[in-house]
Amino acid sequence: MAKTADQYFDELRGTRVWRSIFRSGRGSSTLKRALAIQQNVFLHLFSTKVRTRMLSFSATWYLGTLTLGTFLILVATGIPLMLYYHPSAPQAYADTKDLQFVVSSGMFLRNLHRWSAHAMVFLVFAHMFKVFYRGAYRAPREFNWVIGVILLLITLLLSYTGYLLPWDQLAYWAITVGSNIASAVPLIGEKIHFLLLGGHAVNANALLRFYVLHCMILPLTAMFFVAIHFWRIRKDGGLYAHSSEPAVVRAQAAIPTSPGSAEKSGTPSGGAANKEGR
Amino acid sequence: MADENQTTKTAQASDVSRRQFFVKLGLGSLSIAAAGTAAFGYQYLEPNVLYEPSPVVNAGKPDRYPLDSVTLDVNNGIYIIHSQEGYFSLSAVCTHLGCLTAWKPELNLIACPCHGSKFEQNGKKIEGPAPRPLPWKRVWINDDGDLLVDRSTDVPPLARDSFVRI
Repeated sequence: MAKTADQYFDELRGTRVWRSIFRSGRGSSTLKRALAIQQNVFLHLFSTKVRTRMLSFSATWYLGTLTLGTFLILVATGIPLMLYYHPSAPQAYADTKDLQFVVSSGMFLRNLHRWSAHAMVFLVFAHMFKVFYRGAYRAPREFNWVIGVILLLITLLLSYTGYLLPWDQLAYWAITVGSNIASAVPLIGEKIHFLLLGGHAVNANALLRFYVLHCMILPLTAMFFVAIHFWRIRKDGGLYAHSSEPAVVRAQAAIPTSPGSAEKSGTPSGGAANKEGR
Repeated sequence: MADENQTTKTAQASDVSRRQFFVKLGLGSLSIAAAGTAAFGYQYLEPNVLYEPSPVVNAGKPDRYPLDSVTLDVNNGIYIIHSQEGYFSLSAVCTHLGCLTAWKPELNLIACPCHGSKFEQNGKKIEGPAPRPLPWKRVWINDDGDLLVDRSTDVPPLARDSFVRI
């Protein structure tokens, strides 16, 4: 039964329409599968090949992928929420209550959005800790670590701007306190505070600014940096596995610290043995 | 042969300098455009008209406030205090991070619910993270006999002119 389904699918992949969209063609040789990745506009950001070992749970705990998952949930739930939400001063709170109690599945969408937001902040931190303790931030991956730090900041800003949108007491005072922290910046603090809120206090202007930041500017910026982040994984040599790094790479990574340490990591006992062991 | 080489060289040299000229011209105009865009963008983001409540608050007739009382106006974020020396007004907005403070009559002090700053009845800080005392605001009596407070003007604490006496 399964075989016939496979056969149907393989036939479909041979059709002219399918071939006009996906160019890799029929069959499932390693080359075909690599082409399927390499010729897809979204997947070509990733490596065409990955070590099977790197796909095991223990290698990464899937933290980066899970973070992307929460981000996609947030986009998918956030857009429907926008259809019932007016970012205007008295209306926003009423709309939030409507979403909670009147709109069909509104409570589900809102809670999913909120919990995914909390999960995303947690997962970003967990991902960074995992990368840090594995030493995966080191050369040649330093730049991708920096991109990761930018993504952490965007995540926190998304969380912060979203916090105001329910327009309840918690939101109001949290943003009052948070924006006053911004005014502690030397010299330009008051200016930042004024530009962020579009006024001297948290009011209608602030709500609208936070809404635009939360729904447009920050998500688009995040997507931009996520694309670079994924592309850099491929460019920096795939997912990081210390034991399978070629001895040359490991030696190179050690050079900037001191010539002595480079020599040390280039010894056959460390490099060659691990090159074999997968 | 040598001559020909020479001419090609000069031709190349002038060609490069012309290209460099246009590169500089292009980059220069782009930088001017970028600076202009930044200036316009900054101006656009700064609202010229604000629909915020007036800083001047009418606190009503002074006899509403009994002697030795501290009254919090929640909506306007000010205290109206009737002390032995006269009426005065304090900002009720904590100088730490902008939370609304509250008067605690049982402790005879002003306390912030956010991070635990405490102030005396005259605004002086007792403890907590607040960097400054609660500022005094200008008060006066208008022609109708109402007590007015200007939240945008600070006055020196405990100064003679900072009180209203009736």
